[in-house]
Amino acid sequence: MRTFTPVTVYGLRFTTPLAAFFVLFFLAPLLLLLFISLHNDTALTEFGFSQYTKFFTEGFALPILADTLWLGVQVTLLSLVLGYALAWAFVRSRPSVQTVLIMIIVMPLLTSVVVRTFAWIVILGRQGILNTVLMNWEWIETPARLLYTRSGLVVALANVQLPLMVLPLITALQRIEPNLEDASSILGASAWRTFFKVTLPLTLPGVVAGCLLTFAASITAFISQSLIGGGQMLFMPMYIYQQASTLQNWPYAAAISLVFLVAVMGCVSVFNILGRLSKGYATT
Amino acid sequence: MIIGHRHSLSDLSLRITLWGLAALSIILLLAPTLVVLIVSFTSGFSLKFPPPGYSLRWYEALIDAWQLHFAAWNSIKVAALTTLLSVVLGVSASLGIARSEKAMARVLDSFFMSPLILPALAFGLASLIFFSELGIPVSVTTLVIGHTVVCIPYVMRTTIAALAQLPATLLESSASLGADRWYSFRRVTLPLIAPGVGAGAFIAFMSSFDNVPVSLFLRDARTDMLPIRMWQDLEGKLDVTIAALSGVMIFATLILMVVMEKLTGITKRMR
Repeated sequence: MRTFTPVTVYGLRFTTPLAAFFVLFFLAPLLLLLFISLHNDTALTEFGFSQYTKFFTEGFALPILADTLWLGVQVTLLSLVLGYALAWAFVRSRPSVQTVLIMIIVMPLLTSVVVRTFAWIVILGRQGILNTVLMNWEWIETPARLLYTRSGLVVALANVQLPLMVLPLITALQRIEPNLEDASSILGASAWRTFFKVTLPLTLPGVVAGCLLTFAASITAFISQSLIGGGQMLFMPMYIYQQASTLQNWPYAAAISLVFLVAVMGCVSVFNILGRLSKGYATT
Repeated sequence: MIIGHRHSLSDLSLRITLWGLAALSIILLLAPTLVVLIVSFTSGFSLKFPPPGYSLRWYEALIDAWQLHFAAWNSIKVAALTTLLSVVLGVSASLGIARSEKAMARVLDSFFMSPLILPALAFGLASLIFFSELGIPVSVTTLVIGHTVVCIPYVMRTTIAALAQLPATLLESSASLGADRWYSFRRVTLPLIAPGVGAGAFIAFMSSFDNVPVSLFLRDARTDMLPIRMWQDLEGKLDVTIAALSGVMIFATLILMVVMEKLTGITKRMR
C-alpha cells in the first residue's frame, strides 16, 4: 500500500543529499579528528590519551582555555549592556528612524571582519583617533598604549559582535505588550523598577539568544584576537593554529581542538538550559 | 499616555542612561567604518588620524597590488561556487524539513545548524586532516566543500522561515486544480520563497568571502584567500593599502546591501 503524503509536505527524502554531504564532509572529518587525537606520537603509531593528559596536567594550556572563555564572558557582558540599550531605543523610535538604524546595525555583519578589526587598529593605535583626541584635550601627555591590551581587545570585540546581540533583543522587545509597562508604572513602580522587574524579565529569551551568539563568535574570533590582542595574548584559536600549522603537531592540535569544542558545547548547553528556563519565566 | 509620576527623577534617569548607551552603541557601530574610509584617503604613509592630507594615492597603489587581486579573485570564485552548492543542497533540505512534524526533521535541523555554533577552527583543522589522510591536495574544490558546510545554516535559516510563511491553502488549491508536485513547486512555492532563498544566498556569499577559520587550513599559496592575505599583511606591518582595500570593500558591501534590501528585504530576514 502506498502511503499518502499531503501536498503541503515534501518529505524527508529531500534532505538526503545534504545529509550525505554533512556525514561525509562534516561528521567524518570530526570523527577523524577524534581518532587522530588519540595518538601519543605525531607519526600516529601508538594509541593513547597522552595528548589529553598533556593538556590537563602541563599547566600551560588549561589557563589559555580558561582565559579564552573568560574573554567571551567579558565581551558578552559589555555587548549586552550596549546592545540592550540600542535595542530598547530602536523599538521606541519612529519607523523612519528604525529603517536607518537597522541598516547601521546590519551593515557591520556583512562587512568583512578583517576590515572591522582593521578599523579598531586605526582607532586604538599610537597615532590613532583616541590618542589624538586625548592628547589634544591634554588629558594625557604621551600616547597611551591601547592596542595590544586586554581592555582594547574586549571593547573592539564587543563592537565587532554587537549586531549579533542587538538583533535577537529587538525581536524580544517588540513582542512585549506595551500595556504591561504602563500598568507597572500606574501601580506606582518607579521606571527603574519597571525596567528590571517587567521589561528585562520579559525579554530574557532574547537576552539568552543574543548572549549565545555573541559568546560563540567572540571566543573563536581568530582575526580580531590576533591583530588587536597582539603576540602577548594567546587564546585557544591561535594556540590550535600554531600547534597545527607552525609545529605540525596534529595529534595535540586535534586534542586541544576537541577540548575547546567540548568546552564551547558545554557553555552552549548552559545557555540553552537558561533559555528554556527564561521562556517559562517570560510567559508566567 | 502621560501621567505625572512618569516624569519623575527615576523615569528621567532611566531614559538618560538607556538613550545615552544607545547613542554610544550607534557611534561605536558607525565609527570604525567612517574612520577606515577617512584614513583610506590619506596622503601620508601611516594610519595617523586625522590624516595630514588627502589623496587617492593608496587607491592607485591598489591597482598594482597583484597579490591582493589574485587573492580577491580566488575568494570571489570560492564564494560564488559555495553559494551555488549551498543553495542547491540547502533549499532541497529545507523543503524536507519545513512543515514536517517528524522528530527526525528536528534532529536533522539541529545537525545542519550545528556549524553555526561549533568553533569553525576545529572543523577547519578536521577538514585539513581529512583531505590529507585521503591523499587529496587542497584546492578550490576542497575550499568550496569546507565553506559550504559552514554556510549551509544561513541559507537554511532564511529558506525555512520563508517556507513556514507560505500558506498551505495555496499548495492545496494548486494541487486540486490538477497541478503535480513539480509544477506546484516551480509555479507556486519557488516564486514565493525566492526572496528568502535570495537573502540566504547573499548572506552565504558574504560569509564565505569573509571566512577565515576554514580557509586558514584549506588554502595554500596557489589558492590564497583575501581575508587571510589581508591578515598576513597586517601582521607584518600596518599597511595603508589595506585601508584603501577596506574602503573598496565597504563601498561594495553598502551597494550590495541596498540592492538586496530592495530585492529581498534582507534586514528583516537577518533577525
